[in-house]
Amino acid sequence: MDRRDFLKGAAIGMAAIAIPPVNASASYLETFFQKYYREMTPEDKKKVVERLEKEYREKYHKDIRVKTTEAIPGVLYGYGLDLSRCIGCRRCVYACVTENNLSRSNPQIQYITVLQFKNGEKWVTDLEESEKYYNPETVPAPDHFYMPVQCQQCEDPPCVRVCPTQATYKAEDGIVVVDYNWCIGCRYCMAACPYGARKFNWGEWNVPTDQINTNTHYLGNRPKIKGSVEKCTFCIQRVREVPGRYTACVEICPVGARKFGNLLDPASEIRLLIETKRVFRLKEELNTNPKFYYFFSL
Amino acid sequence: MLNFFKDLVMHLLKGNKAYYVWVLFLLGLIFMGVESYIKQATDGLIVTNMSDQVSWGFYISNFTFMVGVAAASVMLVIPSYLYNFKPIKEIVLFAEMLAISAVVMCLLLVVADMGKPLAGWHLLVKPNFPSSLLVWDVIVLNGYLILNVLAVTYVLYRAASGKAYKMSVMWPIVLISIPWAFSIHTVTAFLYNGLSSRPFWNASIVAPRFIASALCSGPALMLIIFQIARKLSEIEVSDEALSKIAEFIAYAMGLNLYLYAAELFKEFYSNSMHVAPMEYLFFGLKGHNVLVPFTWTAMVCNLTAFTLFIIPKTRKNFLTMNFACLLIFVGVYIDKGMGLIIPGFVPDTLGEIYDYLPSAIELKVTAGIWAVGALLYTFMVKTAIPIYKGELSLLPKGSRPDIRSLHH
Repeated sequence: MDRRDFLKGAAIGMAAIAIPPVNASASYLETFFQKYYREMTPEDKKKVVERLEKEYREKYHKDIRVKTTEAIPGVLYGYGLDLSRCIGCRRCVYACVTENNLSRSNPQIQYITVLQFKNGEKWVTDLEESEKYYNPETVPAPDHFYMPVQCQQCEDPPCVRVCPTQATYKAEDGIVVVDYNWCIGCRYCMAACPYGARKFNWGEWNVPTDQINTNTHYLGNRPKIKGSVEKCTFCIQRVREVPGRYTACVEICPVGARKFGNLLDPASEIRLLIETKRVFRLKEELNTNPKFYYFFSL
Repeated sequence: MLNFFKDLVMHLLKGNKAYYVWVLFLLGLIFMGVESYIKQATDGLIVTNMSDQVSWGFYISNFTFMVGVAAASVMLVIPSYLYNFKPIKEIVLFAEMLAISAVVMCLLLVVADMGKPLAGWHLLVKPNFPSSLLVWDVIVLNGYLILNVLAVTYVLYRAASGKAYKMSVMWPIVLISIPWAFSIHTVTAFLYNGLSSRPFWNASIVAPRFIASALCSGPALMLIIFQIARKLSEIEVSDEALSKIAEFIAYAMGLNLYLYAAELFKEFYSNSMHVAPMEYLFFGLKGHNVLVPFTWTAMVCNLTAFTLFIIPKTRKNFLTMNFACLLIFVGVYIDKGMGLIIPGFVPDTLGEIYDYLPSAIELKVTAGIWAVGALLYTFMVKTAIPIYKGELSLLPKGSRPDIRSLHH
């Protein structure tokens, strides 16, 4: 690199850090000074959403809707995963990637990690014998079983405890969310999470325009910001609707291993399985109190 | 006042050939670091080798080590003010200046590690206090910086005015800064220590060992700097002061090694699943062994240095003492940098092993930050020495201060 190239590069780089593109300077300042989501008034939220939708339209030439749907009163979401049924097909992984507009490459972000274990090997508490990059011709591979892991939506989430700016917090319906704009990208939450559930936008958010899911939530699957952390939100853009929809992973599971519902509703499927099946939660010894129950139907 | 700053700039610009080479070398490193940082800021942290598995790397490793170096001052402040040990009292100022440089480097390293440094102000508006140890760390580090800047500025201001500093002013600063120095280590240790998800850090010995190793690395660096300083300028550093510091280092290193041994015994003897990060450090895990050579290097460095420091003969011999200082610096740098941070993430919480070594950009940015620290220190020393020699003064031109009155 000669000096001229360097200076040019330096100037562009500096501009990228400090100076907004000239035509978008008002929007840049609004983004920079944007308030903390939980302290926004309904008017603030409306304005922010309008700005984001406009930005997305200019950038991706697509009408992306950003909802700010509030939690439904009297709802606490819980999740059940039937380990007797899971066949390790990873359809949930990719349904999640598509639904939640996760970066496709460099690196691809996935909220769900499916771990493969060999029969008879240690598992549950010691995951070191697990294989994350298994790739057999067909699943389930003989003599193997599977355990998908994603955000366990802890009632006492270590990530929320350590976040220096309160950018990540537990919403009223028990979902742990991130205000991507408020996150400073320190990644302390990633160190604190015992489940490897939090993912960082190491590079620029990238989803092919024709694959963008345009039904988004501010705290969920809207286009992500480089340098901020994201995570599973139980498909907040779906489950907070009335009538609610199942999460993408529940919907796609070909063997019906995934259950979802309201823990406060005694008649819900999730309550039924907690009360009648043998359930366990991952890393119980850490007292994070997950709302994600593994169980065995067989 | 204006004249003083004019003179100061003249002093900073003036120097022998070695000085210019040194400053240009540092400026070159800073330039390279800025260039790399611009690339990182433009493309994102993807230019580093960090990943979702090992989400903190070289920046945070260096940060942790530098927090330790900042302890150099307390190791000299205690004997000089509390015990009024004259030989060290003469040079305590240089330790406080080292603390300033170290803390500035810490802050820069943390900023380099942030995904969105421009959002940093959110920390001031909605700090998650007292829950987040990171907020505590921001408070104690900045507080420590302010304390040391106050102490150094006051002492230099008095000296430039031709007067000795007043203990009535220094006492409060000293009395606060001693526990404060311990707090920066304790809080930084707790930052890692409090995470139950990472068994390698979640051990009660982490904070005590932090302090023990900090009391080695900072003073070791001081010993080397003092010898360079007295070679290059007329600043008086007695052999007595140096050998006393070396003696302190020997005790601190002994304690550090003892605590480490306690930890190693617990992990390897009980041989639970939590031994995995230790195994990764010392022997490699499932064929992954990138840190193994570093770990053993650190081990050999620390043990050799301890031996050289504990034997009075080798401690007082400048050749072996300097060699031991170098060994300690390398040993603690590995042990408390990469050796502490990376195994926290290996294996990761889902059992995966991701081999991390820094990328070229991480190395260059870090080198740039080290150069900023070194340049800052050079300039501070270059300000302090002429003040003590009476060449740089706030007094009217022509009147020379009584230099002897500045010695304590």
